[in-house]
This record gives sequence, structure tokens and C-alpha cells, in this order.
Amino acid sequence: MDAHNFERLDDLSFFNRERTGPSPDTPKPGQDGLRPIAASGAAAALTPPLSPSELERGERLLYRLTEFGHLLWESGIEVGPQQLLDLAETLNEIDITNPGDFYYTLKCSLLTRHEQETLFDQLFNYYWQSRDRQNRPPDPGPTRRDDRQIRLPPSERKRLAEHLNADSQQRELRMGERESERRRLLDEQAGEHEDDQAPPQGTAYSALELLRKKDFESFTWEEVQEAKRLMAEMRWNLGLRPTRRKRPVRKGDYPDMRRIVRRNLKYGAELLELTWRENKEKPRPLVIICDISGSMSLYSRLLLHFIHTISNGLLNVEAFVFGTRLTRITRQLKRRDVDDAVREVSRTVQDWSGGTRIGEALHMFNQQWARRVLGRGAVVLIISDGWDRGDANLLRAEMDRLQHSCHRLIWLNPLLGSPDYRPLTIGMKTALPYIDDFLPAHNLDSLIHLGKLLERIDDRRPARTPAARREAVKVWQRPTS
Amino acid sequence: MFARRYVADRSLATAVFLALKRRKPLLLEGEPGVGKTEVAKVLADLLETRLIRLQCYEGIDISTAVYEWNYTRQMLYIRLMEASGTTRQEELKEIFGPDFLIKRPLLQAIDSANAKAPVLLIDELDRSDEEFEAYLLELLSDFQITIPEIGTIAAQEPPIVVITSNRTREIHDALRRRCLYYWIDYPTLEKEYSIVLARMPEAPEYLAKQVCAFVRELRALDLFKAPGVAETLDWIASLLALNQLELVEGTVRDTLGALLKYQDDVLKVGGSNLGKLLEKARSASL
Repeated sequence: MDAHNFERLDDLSFFNRERTGPSPDTPKPGQDGLRPIAASGAAAALTPPLSPSELERGERLLYRLTEFGHLLWESGIEVGPQQLLDLAETLNEIDITNPGDFYYTLKCSLLTRHEQETLFDQLFNYYWQSRDRQNRPPDPGPTRRDDRQIRLPPSERKRLAEHLNADSQQRELRMGERESERRRLLDEQAGEHEDDQAPPQGTAYSALELLRKKDFESFTWEEVQEAKRLMAEMRWNLGLRPTRRKRPVRKGDYPDMRRIVRRNLKYGAELLELTWRENKEKPRPLVIICDISGSMSLYSRLLLHFIHTISNGLLNVEAFVFGTRLTRITRQLKRRDVDDAVREVSRTVQDWSGGTRIGEALHMFNQQWARRVLGRGAVVLIISDGWDRGDANLLRAEMDRLQHSCHRLIWLNPLLGSPDYRPLTIGMKTALPYIDDFLPAHNLDSLIHLGKLLERIDDRRPARTPAARREAVKVWQRPTS
Repeated sequence: MFARRYVADRSLATAVFLALKRRKPLLLEGEPGVGKTEVAKVLADLLETRLIRLQCYEGIDISTAVYEWNYTRQMLYIRLMEASGTTRQEELKEIFGPDFLIKRPLLQAIDSANAKAPVLLIDELDRSDEEFEAYLLELLSDFQITIPEIGTIAAQEPPIVVITSNRTREIHDALRRRCLYYWIDYPTLEKEYSIVLARMPEAPEYLAKQVCAFVRELRALDLFKAPGVAETLDWIASLLALNQLELVEGTVRDTLGALLKYQDDVLKVGGSNLGKLLEKARSASL
């Protein structure tokens, strides 16, 4: 927004001027399908009878608006046809020859989020200003087709091509899988006939067992694929929290006056049947903050898959990743297909496999996101190995604040899988007193265990007294057995 | 446009104007204390119409937001009826009639008895839960409410709806799409200065300038909660109550509580760099 454009409008002149704008016999918008469209362009002219040239101009404006809407849509700002129709009608109300008003109108009609503003401004400037200046079309016909081609910058086009390729590759892969599966089934059947002593299901089961216990670190590519499939099959449930909303029940804590009166009308004024309400319960929101720095690189891709399956299975999940800075990836993970989502994330995130500054990342989270996503008794899940290169004091302060603003703070550490692991790095040592549950996340079993823990979370607050904190640290200081 | 002691820039004015013209709800977001609620108040004042305010909270439901039956009165009435021996049919009709209805804000807003479209302020929508938001969706598109016992009540003049949110929860996209969206940012130095003058005409200009400059310095710091305009006004009022004519380090330190609401922030600002901040503010206000 322009920083110094401030003015004080002391009277109603602004309104009055606008109100007298379209004369009363201009057709009211929304009465029929086509006329307001033509009128929207002609609003600039302000004369009621529309000449053909004005009509044409109106149509051209409408065309450009749709095109702009499309551009926004392609850039990730979701603009639907209804919004564009509304906008076209809205433009009737303002003086569209005033560039400022035109801009503000487009902005408040098409935007729905503060985060989109910068992108919108860029696109607005690009589309309505710089692009026109660069190549003003001599005749509208052929250039329009050109426009459609330049609309996607080269990098985007490349991405699109990659995306299309990847799709076909995947399809081939799946085909291949199915083929091999069929073969395996046949083999197994054949095996059954030959040798009844070793049931193939048993071997398959123990293989599964092994896979579940195996550290992600030493996974082969095939095992990774298998693990992804297993993850996708996991079902996630989060602990419930009571809400303030009531629902009718047979026996509850609060009388349901409305139904009591209705039910008992038949008895006159005697209240014979009582009905009740009680607090409704809802799953808690889950916030995942995942480390994707260099030291975690062996785990991070797989953990991303894991986060994707959680966030698709549960309603209320917010996800962030950090290396040296924090990136919110909730929107990217909304894509159904895991591979699409992961690709989308890696495109957005700038600091893959770099250094770690947990303290700073948490600071940013506390500043910008805590208030927005930690309401309603949220459970926070931090996934990191605690190799921190940032300031320990900052980390301590931020962990303290984070623990205070969430219902449960769980830290998953892939290194915890090894029985000899002791939290000795400065980062982990600093964070340890503020963690409610310190769990491993190195194999599939640990994730299943996590799932059980999340399900069990109830209303009880974990102990967060200084004594409890000292105890938590002491547990990890014991020598390895 | 806002003669009533509200200083708006043209972009906000445009958004409000369009909301009025198109009869679309206006969704205002911004940090706490930048004047979101104030927009609705001033708007009602300006249009000389009623302001109906619905403060949202978790678990807000139909009986507190839309309507409720007056149960006690219904019960008493039935007793009376029984005593006088009227037939049942009439009783029933009267018991669920408008006389026994308690109108809550949303019903008040679309009541056909309104001579003039009121301003309906749905404050801090992010505090309510998804269920209520979904209900609003229906209401905001048709401006009618169905009460099973009475029938459908539709607004003759749809109210002017202002929705505010502090973003403690994301408002659903479906609702966002139906609204005009506007993000109220912290004001610029000049704008804040004119807000202070408009709101506190009794404040000396020099002090007002210094205060605005100082608050701007604070916002540039990495604070957990930066002070909003409401806090600025609050602080000036406190300084005036202490008969201060300009910012002095000691008084500033003692009154920081009007500006900063977290202990960490107070420590951060109240430390050794307070003098430096003040110096900066003084030079900026000259």
C-alpha cells in the first residue's frame, strides 16, 4: 500500500460525487445477464445511451478482467467466476478512470487474504501497467493469442512440463507395480502348492515387522516406497477436547430448555420429561514444525510424507518446516497426491538441507503464527534432531513461550532410536526441560507409537513445574544401561 | 467521509463505500487495536442508524445469536390459560408468537420493523467456531431467518454488515469469498498523528508528535505484541493525566504498561536502549 498516501476526508463529498455518477436511467446491475456487462465498461463514459464503440470497449474491459482473474488464479490466488461477475457489477459503482479507485476496488473484491497482497500488487502492476506499456497491441486479435503464451514465465512452463512428465512416469510405475504384484501372487500360490510348511503370509508378515523396526536412515529405495504405502494406510485420531458448544443428550449436565418446553406442552404446565445437553467434543488442532536442515536430510523427505498423511487424515493440521527460517507449508500439503504435495513444498522452501537455527525459527513461529494457530488447545509436534547452530538463550526463551501457549509439546527426535542416544547437543539440552513428551521418530513403529499417544491426549495438563522439568532432564542423564 | 473523528485513507474509504453500495459484508482484518471495530461504530454514527453488535465467542449458538423463546413467560402463560380454561389450539398459537420471542442481535438486524438498514457488527468472528461460521454463511447470502414455529423472517432492508477478525483462527474461504476484504495496517506516522489530534484534541501538538514517533520506533522493534493505535491513544491519555508536556525517560518507563502488555517486551524496551529510542523519537518529531 502506498505509505504516504494519507488524507483526511472531512465531508461527504467523496460519497456524493460517486453517488451522482451513474445517472438514474442507467440499467440497474443484475437485472439481466448481459446488460450490466456492457454497462460496466461504459460507466467511464457516464452517458446513458451507449454507442457501439463504448459497448465494444466495455466488452474488452470485461475480457481483460477475466484474463486478469485467470492470471491471479494461475498464480495461486483463487478467484472464481462468481467473484469476477460481482466485480464487473461493482465497477459500475466507481469511476474507473481513476486508477487508484480501480486498483482498490479490484483489490478488495478479489483478495481474501492479507498474505496475497504483495503477489496481487505485483500481478496488478504487471498486468494493468507494465505489460501494456511494453507492447501496446496494434490490433487486438493476434496479440491476445500471444498474451496467452507469455502469461506463464519460462520457469513456470518448465515446471508444468515436469509435472506432466512426472505424471506419466508415475503411471508407468504404478503399472509396473501392479505387474510385479500379480507375479508375486502367482509365485506365492505356486509356492503354496509346492511347500505347505512355510506359509507365505508368515514371511510377508515378518518382513513387514522388520521393515517397521528398521531405521529410516538405512532404507533402500524400495523400502522407502513400501514405507510410504504403509504410512498412507495409517489412521490418525487426535485426542478430543471439550468445546463450549452443547449438543442434546439423554443425560447431561445442562437442561435443554427449548426441548423441555416443547416436550411438556402436552402435559400443560407440568415439566415431566426433562431433556439435557452436554458439551460437544472435538479433536484438538495439531501443529507440526519439522526440521529440514542438513543433519535431518536422511529423514526429512520421508517425514514430509508422514506429515502429508497426517494432515490429510485429520481436519485441523498446520504444518511448518524450518532450516534457517520458518516456512508454512499447510497450503501446499492440501494437495491430495503425496508426490505433488512434496514437490510443491520443495519448490516453496528455500532452505533445504542448510544450517539449523531452531531458536530463530521458533521465535518466528511464536511471533507470527502462535496466535493464529495455537488456539483451542493445540498439540505441537516438533520434529528435529536438535543440532542447533543458533543462540541457546533465544531457544530457551522461545521453547518456554511455546510450551506455555500449547496444550502439549511433543518433540520427535530421529536420533532417539538408538539406545545409546543422550541429548548432549546444546540445542537439545536447552530444549529438553520444556518438552512434555520426548519421543523417537526413526522407524515406522515409532510413528505408530506416536499415533497412539496422540489419541490418548486428554484434558489433563502435563506437569510443567520447575521440579518436573528437572526430573525430565535427569531421566536423560542416567548412564546407558 | 469520516467526519466523526475517524481518519481513514482512501483505500479503506473505497472498501467501505463499495460495501455500502453493493450491500456486501465488509471483512476487516488487522492487528489488535488498529480500529477495526471503530469502523462499524463510526459508520453507524455517520449513517444515523442503529449499531447492532454481536460479540463472538466459542460456542455461540442460535439461542444467543439469533433468537430464544422466553420459557418462563411461556410457562406462566400456560398456567394462566389453564386457570381461565381456554382451548388448547389458541394457546399453542400464542405461546409461540412474537410476544414470547427474545430477539438476539442477528434477528434484530434483519427485523422487518427496522425503518432504516442497521449496521450489524460481527466482532471477532475468529473466536466463534466453525459451526457458527457456517450458519452465518447462510444468513449473509439471503438475509433471512427461519423460525420453525413462526416462519421465515426476511429483511426488507438488508443490514450493512461489518465483520472483524484478529486471525486467532483462519476464517473459512467460503465466507471470505462473500465479503469485501480489507486489511487495516498500522498507520503511517502522519496518519497516526492526525488520529491522535482527532481523538485527543486536548493533547499538545508537540507531545502528540513525540508519542507517535516513539510508538513508530517501538513497532520497528521485534516485539511480541507491537502497540496498536488504541494503545497509543491510551498512552497519551495517561501522559495527559500525569500533566506531561513532553516525553521524559522516567515517566516513559513508568507508563510503559499502557503500551506494552508482555513482560518480555517491557524488559526489552525498558532496558538500556530506552534513552536511545527516545532520542530517535525526539529527532523524528522535530
